Amino acid sequence: MCLAIPGKVEEITTEGGLRMGRVNFGGVVKRVCLDYVPEVEVGDYTIVHVGFALSKIDEETAEQTLKDFREMGVLDEELGSEEEAFTRAAAAPQSACPGGSCAVEKH
Amino acid sequence: MKYLTEFRNGEIAQRMAREIAAITTRPWKIMEVCGGQTHSIIRNGIDQMLPAGIEMIHGPGCPVCVTPLELIDKALAIAAQPGVIFCSFGDMLRVPGTECDLFQVKGACGDVRVVYSPLDAVELAAKNPDKQVVFFGVGFETTAPANAMSVHLAKRRGLKNFSLLVSHVLVPPAISAIMESPGHPNGEDLPLGTPGNKVQAFLLAGHVCSVMGYWEYPPLAEKYRVPLVVTGFEPLDLLDGIRRAVVQLEAGRHEVENAYERVVTFEGNRAAQKLLGEVFEVTDRAWRGIGVIPKSGWRLSDAYREFDAEERFQISGIHTQESALCRAGDVLRGAIKPAECGAFGKECTPRHPLGATMVSSEGACAAYYNYGRFLSAEELAKTVVSCQ
Ligand code: SF4
Repeated sequence: MCLAIPGKVEEITTEGGLRMGRVNFGGVVKRVCLDYVPEVEVGDYTIVHVGFALSKIDEETAEQTLKDFREMGVLDEELGSEEEAFTRAAAAPQSACPGGSCAVEKH
Repeated sequence: MKYLTEFRNGEIAQRMAREIAAITTRPWKIMEVCGGQTHSIIRNGIDQMLPAGIEMIHGPGCPVCVTPLELIDKALAIAAQPGVIFCSFGDMLRVPGTECDLFQVKGACGDVRVVYSPLDAVELAAKNPDKQVVFFGVGFETTAPANAMSVHLAKRRGLKNFSLLVSHVLVPPAISAIMESPGHPNGEDLPLGTPGNKVQAFLLAGHVCSVMGYWEYPPLAEKYRVPLVVTGFEPLDLLDGIRRAVVQLEAGRHEVENAYERVVTFEGNRAAQKLLGEVFEVTDRAWRGIGVIPKSGWRLSDAYREFDAEERFQISGIHTQESALCRAGDVLRGAIKPAECGAFGKECTPRHPLGATMVSSEGACAAYYNYGRFLSAEELAKTVVSCQ
């Protein structure tokens, strides 16, 4: 949720009074709100936070960042589908176990 | 595990690290506020590339970790109600409440959905007029513009079945709280580097500043006499931020500096700030593990109060109970490293987390565990000694 991911604006529309766009994040395409970045046009790169574009950036920076984020393995977590999020959660921590009463587990 | 040296940028990174070593004459403690940066630092082994005297202290900037337990419990109670569609970012699914987590609520009875954008939750509300749709609006200044727009839109569309469970937190008051907590004598002109004075410089979260700019920070740099460097998330950005902080520290300067110019401007996004000012108002917030920090968060303003899920659902009778072993508060304040917590890697692992800092991938405890940092307190102490 915390990372802003750069993407390329492929299409701009108006939906329900909002300036919306199709943004391509190195292959994954998402619907993104462009209301906060009136200066962004089709073909521009912008950084996007939980579905909202927040500033325009240049192509080189955008591509570089996408590449770095992919290498760091953070892209999937930010852009994954609902299903993927649940799959990840299913594989994640089992219980809160307040007070440390659960079985001790070594790495 | 993928260390920085394996990156295409590995050589440049090594060179930058050597540069930092060349200008460092004394030990310095630098805090990265943001959890995303903590993750990147540990994952890429950046802290281990630095000269021995430079210690990275991990800050409280992980919204998953600092969302108060009481609010998590409220979220769980609301999500379990019939007729509710509870929407959240994926990161919140496994955050432990007192008794369970959102993922378990979904498995048991609740309609819990993960959305990419809060606008998707507004859409769900429009499509399901017979359901109450609640969005769990957590985060720092970064997710706030999205959450603000979602309520704004719900209001404009007259959606009576949409509400926001808000727990927004803000970076500048957290910096003040850290500087004013015991061990950070504020106002006393202690020479930097004396033991009582822990954090000597901050890396500011680049993405927070892409929204807010950095006009809020010069008074903080002045008041606490600390360099504040706006820094990105990628390995080279982090090294550059650290280098600039060290340059300032060595020269005895304390300024706000932007090492993330390609994304961040001084003003930030004015359009977003304008809507934020309309939709939210500043409030005191409890930070999990840390306690209440005055004026450290946002809640919905009067004009939008009707969309506040806490008002709408009036959940009462919450009795929270934190693990007695967990020292997440000390971790979040940068007072201890995760491995210094007695439960780390024993009672507490990502499979059985005792605290939220072990759940979120941006939590310091999880980052240390996942990347195999099992240094004991003694070993850590040795590292500190060896740099003096
Ligand atoms: S290791 Fe676990 S118990 Fe210890 S501070 Fe971190 S989250 Fe809490």
